[in-house]
Amino acid sequence: MAETMGLVQDVSATPSRVPPIVQVDDLHVRFVSKDATVYAVNGVSFTLDPGEVLCILGESGSGKSVTLRALMRLLPRKRAVINGRVIVDGHDILSLSTSALSRVRGEIVSMIFQEPMTALDPVYSIGEQITETVRRHEKIGRAAAEARALELLELVQIPSAKRRLKAFPHELSGGLRQRAMIAIALSCRPRVLLADEPTTALDATVQIQILLLLRQLQKELGMSVIFVTHDLGVAGEIADRITVMYGGRFVEEGPTTAVMRDPLHPYTRGLLASTVHGQMHRERLRTIEGSPPNMEMLPAACSFAPRCRYAVDRCLEGVPDLHRPFPNRSARCIRLEEIGSMT
Amino acid sequence: MSDCRKNIRREPVTTCPPAPTESQPLLSVKGLRKYFPVKGGLLKRQIAAIQAVDDVSFEVRRGEVLGIVGESGCGKSTTARLLMRLIEPDAGQVIFDGKEVGMRDGMTVTDLRRHAQMVFQDSYSSLNPRLPVEDTIAFGPVVHGTARSKAKERARYLLNEVGLDPSRFGRRYPHELSGGQRQRINIARALALQPQMVFLDEAVSALDKSVEAQVLNLLLDLREEFNLTYVFISHDLNVVQYISDRVLVMYLGKVVEVGPIGDVYKEPAHPYTHALLSSRPSMDPEDRKKESPLSGDPPTPINPPSGCRFRTRCAFAEDVCARAVPALTPIRADGSWLAACHMIIPGSGHSRAAAINEATTGGTNG
Ligand SMILES: Nc1ncnc2c1ncn2[C@@H]1O[C@H](COP(=O)(O)OP(=O)(O)OP(=O)(O)O)[C@@H](O)[C@H]1O
Ligand SMILES: Nc1ncnc2c1ncn2[C@@H]1O[C@H](COP(=O)(O)OP(=O)(O)OP(=O)(O)O)[C@@H](O)[C@H]1O
Ligand code: SF4
Ligand SMILES: [Mg+2]
Ligand SMILES: [Mg+2]
Repeated sequence: MAETMGLVQDVSATPSRVPPIVQVDDLHVRFVSKDATVYAVNGVSFTLDPGEVLCILGESGSGKSVTLRALMRLLPRKRAVINGRVIVDGHDILSLSTSALSRVRGEIVSMIFQEPMTALDPVYSIGEQITETVRRHEKIGRAAAEARALELLELVQIPSAKRRLKAFPHELSGGLRQRAMIAIALSCRPRVLLADEPTTALDATVQIQILLLLRQLQKELGMSVIFVTHDLGVAGEIADRITVMYGGRFVEEGPTTAVMRDPLHPYTRGLLASTVHGQMHRERLRTIEGSPPNMEMLPAACSFAPRCRYAVDRCLEGVPDLHRPFPNRSARCIRLEEIGSMT
Repeated sequence: MSDCRKNIRREPVTTCPPAPTESQPLLSVKGLRKYFPVKGGLLKRQIAAIQAVDDVSFEVRRGEVLGIVGESGCGKSTTARLLMRLIEPDAGQVIFDGKEVGMRDGMTVTDLRRHAQMVFQDSYSSLNPRLPVEDTIAFGPVVHGTARSKAKERARYLLNEVGLDPSRFGRRYPHELSGGQRQRINIARALALQPQMVFLDEAVSALDKSVEAQVLNLLLDLREEFNLTYVFISHDLNVVQYISDRVLVMYLGKVVEVGPIGDVYKEPAHPYTHALLSSRPSMDPEDRKKESPLSGDPPTPINPPSGCRFRTRCAFAEDVCARAVPALTPIRADGSWLAACHMIIPGSGHSRAAAINEATTGGTNG
């Protein structure tokens, strides 16, 4: 469908030596109710290598959280229709039995959220919650599980960890709660950690603490991480690779430095241009006119076309293929080369 | 943490901040205090107090944008709510346009709320879900005695000013608008009474970057057009740098530094300001942060540390920091830049502070 325009359409990508720990093929998620269908994720494919940190960047409603949740099948069973293939560490997530799935959750892949209070149980102490999680997955005695809980709180650098085991979630500050949630997520030594805006609700001083902690843990434990954020600076601190989501699709993907310095897709360009960076003072900001796509209609063209300053009629003819103008980089736009020479 | 003392200039200083030059400030706040009672025990008596805002003083000049930053819970919103008299201060003086608020010969709270308006973060909860947005905008002026038709007309004018076509959007309800559109309605509503001053409390924090950019452009345009003065509260340090003329930094209920935005961001004088500003992500993946500038959590505002409230986390803390509360002290002789740290108070007893005569005779080595 898309023309080659001299761009290399390298489908084979670069061969990696180790098999990916996460492989997602043509993932679709839609929410069906009496009045409407919401097309939240529309054909997402990617792989994640062991020990790699991938950031999903994108505006509100673009499908970041739904994509992440689909990797653990954490979506309402009645309303969410999931299609495609999700393989995590060899497990075919979408066809696992419920019991197998609950083992995979925690042991293979676990998740942390923006608001720790929603993930922590207010009536149990932090120590009890970790001990419980550990014992649900491993046949070890209470004392051993408690020792592990203490170890975990020390791992996430909670000061006076021993005393904090007895603390209830509401007795901790936002930063400490976030650390406690990370401890619980790590309690069964997962191979993949999914993080949904875990620092968005924190202030700058605590945010950088948590980012550094996650980076350190990821290295020490050799975990792979998928990190959802809408903050470019956060992505810059933690990601190996960035993927940009728009209208339920990945519209751009590449190494962090390359995407931040030299974005390809017009949406990514717009996003970068409209972000207030340090050192700026009152210069007119460039904005992206128009509003995000209506997710109740499955777009049959480039979803960004109505807001794109480079759009031409051809952009409306079909969903653009993924173009790969450089090794390791891709974008869903049929005009990459022309735009590149324009700017 | 790098040595922030090298940033501190020693210029001749007077002992108290001199009165600002020529024009009178639009807002002047002196000794503002709010302690929230903590109740407990069988009789639900007050057993402690949260020192949310403690002895806060500052000025806002006509036409300027004053940014307020600081950790969550340091008292930013409480300060704004006290100034709007949404809550009563325990102590302090608020002078708006030369008139003391709440005094018999000063300004009534009703008048204050016409001249000063507030926009909050949550664009949804601050709009009436059962009113079309143009009626929401007209509501304030009608309450203050404007004829309904006149108020409607102004509402439609303002909708246009905030970039929403009145004939398309005026009759819509809040749930029929996007987050950015709702925040524009909130701004239009705040402007309906033709205020002189607007408090913006995390007004762009919940918006997507591209929408945030639209609203920031809008705020700067409106400021010029209506000669507005803003107090801009945000945890986004880049956005504060972008919009503000001056910045005020709070820590645990106290002002620790206030000064011109360019100077404070370039050479923060207070160790907390320094730590806060260095916590910003680097934006350069090749040059990532290696250690966090500040460790630990802020202490509880129920029992703040004696002396300097920052001393429990400060790399430069000495005995004097526990003994005495550092006063806001000029860093620059004209009083345009102040910080509350014993290191910059001549003769304070801190080993890094200048000796008294050295400072008052003109800082030979500054
Ligand atoms: N349980 C659900 N039922 C119906 N629609 C849903 C559900 N969860 C998400 N959606 C819709 O799916 C779309 C994608 O949502 P998603 O939560 O993934 O966005 P997001 O990119 O994470 O946004 P944000 O930055 O605001 O968190 C949105 O239109 C949302 O309204
Ligand atoms: N109505 C209230 N009753 C009791 N305590 C309060 C009340 N309002 C605020 N506080 C407390 O006062 C302190 C200052 O709160 P404030 O909301 O002013 O902080 P903030 O700087 O605006 O924080 P954030 O960045 O999280 O908005 C906090 O400890 C808070 O818990
Ligand atoms: S007064 Fe002392 S404790 Fe407070 S900031 Fe200055 S050096 Fe640190
Ligand atoms: Mg989300
Ligand atoms: Mg607040």
